Amino acid sequence: MSEHSRPMSCLEFQEKLPELIASGESIAHHPHYQNCELCRALLADLETIAEAARQLLPVVEPPDDLWSQIETAIREEENSPEKG
Amino acid sequence: MEIDPSKCARDLSWTSPALPAPAGGLSAVPGHAESDPPPSIAAAAGATVDEVLARAQAGDHQAFAHLYALHKRRIYSLCLRMVGNVAEAEDLTQEAFLQLFRKIGTFRGDSAFSTWLHRMAINVVLMRLRKKGLSLISLDEAMEPAPEERPGRSFGTPDLTLTGSIDRLALERAVANLPAGYRLIFVLHDIEGYEHNEIAELLDCSIGNSKSQLHKARLKLRDALRKSSRQEERR
Repeated sequence: MSEHSRPMSCLEFQEKLPELIASGESIAHHPHYQNCELCRALLADLETIAEAARQLLPVVEPPDDLWSQIETAIREEENSPEKG
Repeated sequence: MEIDPSKCARDLSWTSPALPAPAGGLSAVPGHAESDPPPSIAAAAGATVDEVLARAQAGDHQAFAHLYALHKRRIYSLCLRMVGNVAEAEDLTQEAFLQLFRKIGTFRGDSAFSTWLHRMAINVVLMRLRKKGLSLISLDEAMEPAPEERPGRSFGTPDLTLTGSIDRLALERAVANLPAGYRLIFVLHDIEGYEHNEIAELLDCSIGNSKSQLHKARLKLRDALRKSSRQEERR
C-alpha cells in the first residue's frame, strides 16, 4: 500500500464514511477501502460487532413482582369510572 | 383471584383439549425468530397460542397472564436495551402490557402477534423518550451526540482489532452505555433486526440518517470494546 496510490488519507476516508454509508454508495468499491488494510480492518470490526449483536438474545427476566403491578394497574383501569 | 403468570405458562388445565401447535406461532419478529417462546409451551398443556390469544381478546385475565408469561422476557429485554436503565425498563414493560390490555381487541392478525406487540412496545418506549425531550422529529440534531461522546477514530492504530468472538456481557454493557440516539438505532437494527426503512418510519428520520447513525454507533461500540479488552489484558 503506497501513499501515492491513495486519493484519501485514513482520516479523510473515515470522516467521509457516515456520508458514504448514508448515500448507499458501495464502500467496497471505494479506492481507499481497496488500498487500505487498516480501514478494511476497521469495517470488518464493525461487521463483527453487528454479527455479535444478532446473537444477543432477550435473556433478561423482569422482576417477579412486575406482573402483580401490571395486574393491579389493569384492575384499576377496569374499575375506573372513565372505563366504558 | 390473583393470577400467577408463571403458573399459567405451565398449567393450562383450564383451557380446551390439546390441539397441535400453530404453524406460524409467535416467531415473526425480525432477527430473533428462534428466541420466541415456543408455541409448544401452550400446545403441550392443552391450548394453542392462538387460542390463548383469542381468550385474552375476549377478556380472559388468565389468558392475558399467559401472554405476559410468554412475552415478558422479550419485551423487558427490548425496553432495557432501548433505555439502558432497569427502573425505567420495568416501568416501560408495565406500560407496554397495559397498552396491550387496552388494544388487544384491535389485533386482527395482519402480522404475527409477537411482531405487533413488539412494535407496540417500541412505540411506548419512543413516546416516553419524546416526553423526556429526545426529539425524534429533529433527529439529526437530537441524535448527534456531544463532541465528547463521538466515536473515536482509529488512525494508525492497528494494534487491536476485534478478532474472534466478542464477549456478550461486554457488548451488552457497551450498548447500555451508548448515547440514547445511537443506542436506539443499534438496538433496533443490529439486535432486533429491523430494516433501515422501518427504523426511519419508527423514528421519523431519513433512511440515510439511520444508516449513518448506525455506523457511528458501531464505531462507538468498537471503541468501548477495545477499551474493555485492553483493561482485561492488564488484569
